[in-house]
Amino acid sequence: MDFKDYARQPQKLASGQKSCSGCGFPIIIRMAMSAIDRPFVVCQGTGCVSVTTTTWPFTSWKMPTIHSAFPNLASTAAGVETAVRVMKKKGKLKKDIKVVAFGGDGGTYDIGIQALSGAIERRHNILYICYDNQAYMNTGGQRSSATPYGAATATTPHGTLHHGKELFRKDLTYIVAAHDVAYVAQASIFDFADLTRKVKRAMEVDGFAFINILSPCVLFWKIPTSDAYKISELAVKTCFWPLYEVDHGKWILNFKPEHKMQIEAFLKPQGRFKQLLELRNRHIVDGLQQRVDRKWKELLFMCEKTKEKPEKKEVKKVKKKKIVKKPVKKGVKRKPEPKIKTSKTRSKFAKLKDKLKRKRR
Amino acid sequence: MVKTLALTGSEASAEAWRQINPDVAPVYPITPTTEIISKFSQYHADGKVDTEMMLVECEHSAMSAAVGAAASSARTVTATDSQGLAYMWEVIPIASGLRLPIVMQIANRALSSPGNIHCDHGDSMACRDTSWIQIFSETAQEVYEHTLLATKLAEHKDVQLPAMVMQDGFITSGNLEKVKVYNDTDVRQFIGSYNPTYSMLDLQKPHSFGALNLHDSYFESKRQQEEAMRNAKKLYLQIGKDLSKITGNKYDYFEKYRLDDAQYVIICLNATGGTTKEVIDRLRAKKKKVGLLRIKLFRPFPYDEIANALKKARAIAVLDRSESYGAYPPVFGEINNALNLLKKKPKVQSYIFGIGGRYIFEKDIENVYSELMRNKFRKEPQYIGVR
Ligand SMILES: Cc1ncc(C[n+]2csc(CCOP(=O)(O)OP(=O)(O)O)c2C)c(N)n1
Ligand code: SF4
Ligand SMILES: [Mg+2]
Repeated sequence: MDFKDYARQPQKLASGQKSCSGCGFPIIIRMAMSAIDRPFVVCQGTGCVSVTTTTWPFTSWKMPTIHSAFPNLASTAAGVETAVRVMKKKGKLKKDIKVVAFGGDGGTYDIGIQALSGAIERRHNILYICYDNQAYMNTGGQRSSATPYGAATATTPHGTLHHGKELFRKDLTYIVAAHDVAYVAQASIFDFADLTRKVKRAMEVDGFAFINILSPCVLFWKIPTSDAYKISELAVKTCFWPLYEVDHGKWILNFKPEHKMQIEAFLKPQGRFKQLLELRNRHIVDGLQQRVDRKWKELLFMCEKTKEKPEKKEVKKVKKKKIVKKPVKKGVKRKPEPKIKTSKTRSKFAKLKDKLKRKRR
Repeated sequence: MVKTLALTGSEASAEAWRQINPDVAPVYPITPTTEIISKFSQYHADGKVDTEMMLVECEHSAMSAAVGAAASSARTVTATDSQGLAYMWEVIPIASGLRLPIVMQIANRALSSPGNIHCDHGDSMACRDTSWIQIFSETAQEVYEHTLLATKLAEHKDVQLPAMVMQDGFITSGNLEKVKVYNDTDVRQFIGSYNPTYSMLDLQKPHSFGALNLHDSYFESKRQQEEAMRNAKKLYLQIGKDLSKITGNKYDYFEKYRLDDAQYVIICLNATGGTTKEVIDRLRAKKKKVGLLRIKLFRPFPYDEIANALKKARAIAVLDRSESYGAYPPVFGEINNALNLLKKKPKVQSYIFGIGGRYIFEKDIENVYSELMRNKFRKEPQYIGVR
């Protein structure tokens, strides 16, 4: 499918939905749903998504959807997914229906993290997409644990004594990856091909899949309505929001900027960081830069590290006899190889990745 | 093929679940309701049910998963009490607001703090205004039968509301009793299949569940919920009659024990009814005209019927096993409302007892009757057994 085919598809989230114009999350939801070509139902968390899409008697959703409460998106989705499974088992449902959940950062990083963690542990077959607009927007832009260091919010405002949030954000994508989840990725509307590919991959894995997507909020990031895309691009190119995925334990970097931009490039166009541009707040910007650099290095390390693994395995396969004997001598049981999806799909990704790289250049 | 088994109240609940064979059971352990879950887990492990058990990470998730599953046309059950019910609370009115007939077992237990694991009704009373059907049970037998009745009632198309079936924690849930278990096929035929009008799995007719209804429409949806509750009251009797065909028992809104000619009446819920009946028999032998009205259906509340049953009474004592701090306790409040329907209102006294599992003895109940007979009435609720 090329981009035009995506665009020609009938809309799955109707237009006329009530978010602020230029808001990031409807773009995310549309992009994500455009990549889904099988029957699915949607669960929404409380937040801008539910409030702007299901004001009775209207609904923007073309498929069945449920909204329950703020802390329980993952567990509500788990209930739906379990019902799908049991109904299929009992022969009351013929189709295979996939469950897709959309939740904000507040509902995912903060109040809903317990439900999320539980649902991942139980391996429900759900695709959970967090649209991370980095604060509680629906209630007026209060900080969440996704709010970055230095950002001014309704509860961490810029004042004479304090200059925005004084704590670093939680790295939820890492936390989810630490659950040994089937598939986890970070994506951005800046890279449509990458985002849709990730959704497609997430839909085909067996088990829980989580995609964290940065979602510019025009209202509280204080950006022009035209800039969601541009800001997303800067977030990726400053490595503030790196694009990567962890597919059954294998860390893959999806985009490495040729020239890593300084964090100011991301901060400058956003009103929420305005105070950081004052000279006396230079140390905050430096702190943020250091953090971004450290996390970026860490990510490169993770991707490099797990990159080696499958290569080693290939070597093992070729020289089977030698390597199999060794652990037997030592009396150590060899771990079974993790079942990563066929090399076919992997090579398909690799090809796609190369293609994309070429394109970007 | 009726079997008589020795079962605890918990086991009786689990036995009902086994026969119902629900589609989904999201559960989380808590004393004393845990026993229901454990027993049912054994049925699951032995392949006696093909329920999908969701061993979730907390009660909030248990009720949330129940909502998700029930909205997806799965017959769904869960069980909890006390802190677990409190932890679920946010999702309790969502289940009823979405009109999902989830059936929940509750072995009543006191709420913290101070910490306590024993029986009082504070946990389920905190849910009395959440549009859940509430049925209280005295014995393990009743727990079992009420669970069947509740399932059918909750799922009725004119009701579509969740229901909770109560039993006294430990007192009923942990004690062995003789329980008649009816034929599986008869019970399953009575229960039937669950085919809701709206389902998350209906891709042909997609619906949005849990929309935002503001001042222009929220009120109407809540008014409809009240209508459903009123329907539930009527249908309770009708469905009860159907169940009678299997069990031979009667399913009234309340139990009347030697009530028709009684002048002095005690009103209570759950297992305390049993103790009271013992006392009544003893006092009746002494020609004292005493009786019992034990409420089974607490939500919806049968005001007219109770008023009618009490019109010949001279004096009434309402025994509450929970408090409504700073106000009269819940059952007393309702009885008072019911009695206001009568032209000649009998005298009524509020008693509070058994909080946090404090024992109530036959002598305490005898004392209540004697106070009624001595015409000893006070404005304030009286406490039984508090030091
Ligand atoms: C238990 C509970 N606490 C608080 C709220 C109020 N509330 C509704 S939406 C929201 C913030 C949502 O933030 P997020 O998940 O980031 O979504 P966004 O609005 O940013 O899209 C809050 C605090 C609630 N609905 N439920
Ligand atoms: S407040 Fe922000 S996130 Fe919410 S609709 Fe507006 S732009 Fe979107
Ligand atoms: Mg948010």
